[in-house]
Amino acid sequence: MNRQTILIIVLGIIGILLPFIFPAYKLQISFLWILIVLALTWDIQGGQMGYNTFGNILFFGIGMYLCASIQVGMFFPLSEWTASGGEKTFVHEPDQFFQGFFVGILAAGLVPAIIAALIGYGILGLRGHYFAICTLGLGIAAGEIAGGIELIGAGQGMTVPPWPKGIGDTELRAEFFYFLSFILMVITFLFLKWAYQTRFGLILNAIRDNEDKAEAMGIPTMRYKIIGWVITAFFVGIAGGLMGNMVGYIEPVEVAFAGATLGVFMILMTILGGKGTLWGPVIGATVFHLFKEGFWTYFLGWQYVALGLLIVVIVVFFPEGLMGWIREKYPEKFGETVDEEDQKSSVEL
Amino acid sequence: MDLLIFKAPILIVQASLDGILLGLLFALIAYGMALQWGVMNIINIAQGELVILGGYIAYTMYQLGIHPAFGIFVAPAIMYFLGWGLYKLVIYRVVDRDLFISILATFGISILTQQLMNFVFGADVVVAQSNFGTTLLFDDSVTIPNSKLFSAVISVVAAIAIILYMKKSKLGRAIRATAQNARAAKILGVDTEKVYAATFGLNAAICGIAGSLIAITFTLHPYVGLPYTIRSFMIVIIAGLGNLPGVALSGMGLGIFEEFADYILGTEFRIGAVFLLLVFILVYRRFKLSRKREYLE
Repeated sequence: MNRQTILIIVLGIIGILLPFIFPAYKLQISFLWILIVLALTWDIQGGQMGYNTFGNILFFGIGMYLCASIQVGMFFPLSEWTASGGEKTFVHEPDQFFQGFFVGILAAGLVPAIIAALIGYGILGLRGHYFAICTLGLGIAAGEIAGGIELIGAGQGMTVPPWPKGIGDTELRAEFFYFLSFILMVITFLFLKWAYQTRFGLILNAIRDNEDKAEAMGIPTMRYKIIGWVITAFFVGIAGGLMGNMVGYIEPVEVAFAGATLGVFMILMTILGGKGTLWGPVIGATVFHLFKEGFWTYFLGWQYVALGLLIVVIVVFFPEGLMGWIREKYPEKFGETVDEEDQKSSVEL
Repeated sequence: MDLLIFKAPILIVQASLDGILLGLLFALIAYGMALQWGVMNIINIAQGELVILGGYIAYTMYQLGIHPAFGIFVAPAIMYFLGWGLYKLVIYRVVDRDLFISILATFGISILTQQLMNFVFGADVVVAQSNFGTTLLFDDSVTIPNSKLFSAVISVVAAIAIILYMKKSKLGRAIRATAQNARAAKILGVDTEKVYAATFGLNAAICGIAGSLIAITFTLHPYVGLPYTIRSFMIVIIAGLGNLPGVALSGMGLGIFEEFADYILGTEFRIGAVFLLLVFILVYRRFKLSRKREYLE
């Protein structure tokens, strides 16, 4: 066992123990796991593949709406549920709740993945800023359109089935969603750790470094770009479905297709941690979440001003991220050797 | 159905006229974006927020008892210095960097501006009354607010004035030279830093004019900036950089599309239709360009 494996196991044990050490912050920590999933999957595009997308929030929103719609629609008429607003006209039995939840989460992963595969050929053919703006448009268009559909509550949004009565209290609910999001995060992390070690990871990096050359060498780049996007869509969709259940209320522009908050957070967290690295998004998301909670608590009302400032400062002054900074400081930890002569001459200069 | 059969011709005329007048305004904003994109190679996501900020300047004048139409002189003057300051604070650090960095940095500026506008002017939808009256055409069946006519005329006049300035003045020549080749311009003695700052200021001034026109024709709200950015981006990629008749035409085309989308799909889908159109145009463009891929023979 090398040091990284030990680190992962230790962090995993800490993750399992955390809800019992800080019982008051269970929901907050679950949000952190979701944020890490978003940052890790954004890094497939932005960091490893060199395709800076603003559009991953599309899959998040689709997953969220789909999961909630299935949870309701499997047992009750969806339109009456959304029309009744927050009133509890229909009540889920425990087994109904869990059946609906299971099917909903499954669909929330699979359907965005299929959508990503279908639209991938058109959209991943775009390069550079055209890709960035196109995906930005995609995410916002989805939010606007969801805000116009009556069936899922239009601009008012819809409520997610509440935790069924009769099995445990809110503590159990928080633990249930905590462990689900934790498992999702662990699976995403381990899957990507494995995927980056295979040929797939090398091809993604080849696309980032020089796509035309990779294509000229016989790599079907489009196929791999689509596969990368499908993986992203799958995990982000599940994260969306979980998030919808944790928040309990879905609104098109602020919660589901939140391009201005979560859609930018995932990019910021990755850049803050260091894009193109496995641990960067994890570190970035953790630091960002702690900072954000601080801001949100102490700068109440000014949080979005702080957010705008934070984006500008991180992007302009800190584009390499924490991992980039550590790498520059301790290159030997990354298996990079520094030429002694070179270092001396640079010191003399 | 009645509506479709008997009112359709009137609606078509109404929507087209509205669209053309609106489109000229979009074209002005797009011209500012094209200028900046061509010279500095920056896509400014905060373009729409600058427009709305210009609108709020006109609205403030309206609240102080001055006619908001004078905003077309005051707003660009204030916005020029604001743009210049923004360049000196943030933008000059991202000019030569990766395009995504500049997109993200201006995205941050856009969120910041939205929120500051929200604090200063409040989150309500506001409008500056111009009291220009309306013009009735074709036996009173088509109504055109005079403020829309005014805004279209001013947009055209402003665009022509800026084009003449770019052609005749010394700074205009320096800007065009920098757009063609920044390095060569630098060698020949053009202070490109100054040119960049002036370009950013000029773009902000154009946004100021457009914003004060929007204040009297439409409504203002702190969060409606992004659609204006997307519209101008769309117009620029359809028309291409530096193709001025193209900018005007595609602006009008977009205006007509929006009015029709508004009538047919309903107002709640209007912005969604604009963003979907953007995606379609970009994907269409990608397939059209990929046919031209060149191979060595």
